[in-house]
Amino acid sequence: MQLKGKVWKFGNDIDTDAIIPARYMNTSEPEELAKHCMEDADPEFPSKVKAGDIIVAGKNFGCGSSREHAPIAIKASGVSCVIAESFARIFYRNSINIGLPIFECPEAAKNIKEGDEVEVDASTGTITNLSDSRTYQATPFPDFMKEIISAGGLMKYVEKKVKSNG
Amino acid sequence: MGMTITEKILAAHCGKDYVEPGELINAKLDVVLGNDITAPVAIKEFKKLGIDKVFDKDKVVLVPDHFTPNKDIKSAEQAKMVREFAKEQELTNYFEVGRMGIEHCLLPQEGLVLPGDLVIGADSHTCTYGALGAFATGVGSTDMAAGMATGEAWFKVPESIKFVYHGKLKAGVTGKDLILYTIGKIGVDGARYKAMEFTGEAISELSMDGRFTMANMAIEAGGKNGIIAPDETTEKYVKERAKRSYKFYSSDSDANYSEVYDFNVADIEPQVAFPHLPENTRGISEVGDIKIDQVVIGSCTNGRMEDLRQAAQILSGKKVHPEVRVIIIPGTQEIYNQAIKEGLVQQFVEAGAVVSTPTCGPCLGGHMGILAKGERAIATTNRNFVGRMGHPESEVYLAGPAVAAASAVMGRIAAPWEVK
Repeated sequence: MQLKGKVWKFGNDIDTDAIIPARYMNTSEPEELAKHCMEDADPEFPSKVKAGDIIVAGKNFGCGSSREHAPIAIKASGVSCVIAESFARIFYRNSINIGLPIFECPEAAKNIKEGDEVEVDASTGTITNLSDSRTYQATPFPDFMKEIISAGGLMKYVEKKVKSNG
Repeated sequence: MGMTITEKILAAHCGKDYVEPGELINAKLDVVLGNDITAPVAIKEFKKLGIDKVFDKDKVVLVPDHFTPNKDIKSAEQAKMVREFAKEQELTNYFEVGRMGIEHCLLPQEGLVLPGDLVIGADSHTCTYGALGAFATGVGSTDMAAGMATGEAWFKVPESIKFVYHGKLKAGVTGKDLILYTIGKIGVDGARYKAMEFTGEAISELSMDGRFTMANMAIEAGGKNGIIAPDETTEKYVKERAKRSYKFYSSDSDANYSEVYDFNVADIEPQVAFPHLPENTRGISEVGDIKIDQVVIGSCTNGRMEDLRQAAQILSGKKVHPEVRVIIIPGTQEIYNQAIKEGLVQQFVEAGAVVSTPTCGPCLGGHMGILAKGERAIATTNRNFVGRMGHPESEVYLAGPAVAAASAVMGRIAAPWEVK
């Protein structure tokens, strides 16, 4: 699957309160959450982000709370994937579970700039910056995680397991 | 090669004698926890599976604590969904407002989490239970849903980092100061994906409440879990609360650690974390003149009896600074009641503080003390991210209860010994 879009660049340690402030978590409706996605980090993000756009960030993206509302909000805002130097543990797990493509790639995260046009091959993890033609290779997922991803998320994976046991 | 306490608990829950870091395992769960914010998402996912019942009605625990007592209609709808699910699933451990507490204060108090357990919770501060010598970690709602359905979860066995705290704590230095100091040293991703094992003389001397505070903030260094090997202090705490058997694990002397940190606690003074990350710590003597508008004493980090007693020691017979609002939130109904019996609530109210029913409330900017633009709070909570307690241009400083209480009296961030 090819993911392609304009880059929104963020710094290190973007926490889940920045991704979706708790004050909006009296709902879990994806469209409602998307209206406030990233707003404390960049107030223009929710109104200007377009389908396919890509978030590129520094180290420890998604640190803080366990709220799945964070990857849900990013996905519902139309963002096609997140590339970061590194991800916080629960955010990483949640993204895989709900099917938000994420790619760990320190080189790409450092060199790609705000506004660049980037293309990602989700199956191989190859990242191409169309603005300067440089390519990068993201850290591959362990086989077990590939199974969850190819099943379409954790619940689909569990559903298969529950049914085969029953 | 020996194993760490974390590796031993994980091995025991996946039917193996030995596991090592990096290994992927499928483990059996003793407790699956959710709250009024994370459980609704998990319940929706669970229902999509088309199975009737959770794996064990005694092991799924639901606590409506974040936006309760319901702060608005939408929150009320979320709490209602959790309540109805608990009823329909006949859950043993659903705790209604008036009988509840902040989840991570409540579960240990009720004996629902015990040494040697493996616990997942759809709340990042689930790592608190590591203080009892359990493996406990935060997950998202989908993992919670899968856990409720199957009673299992997958884990990558984490590498462990050992933190050794040598020596005796100075008077007025607490578990909160030790963990803030540690996060200041290693950074907010210093233990990313790893187990943080807290050991040493100063940890042995620490009360259970102090240990909960330390394990609680392991996530603030990116840790998968925080853990303290159980001892006599743990045994004393759990023996009158446990309704089932439990097991003490400890690390082997030849266990493998990715890093070992040695700290001499005699050098550590009360700590304050500056905005907007918990790693921005300074000793109280290096804080300078920082005026505050609000003080919050409570949360899953510091809402326990010992915390309230420390605050009361400072606030008793004093008055809150005229330009400061003080909100004190006991962690559970039992703690609230004990604080009444000991006369602490009266002391707080007479000093000019608000005393609230248990709720996460202001810690995550939910309700009960939201900050306006430009306002500044000192809080005994766990996070000081941008906008955490309200307006994106407000500020949160983190500290222990004694510093927070002293600041309440002085109107600026202050050391406990400044209150005469």
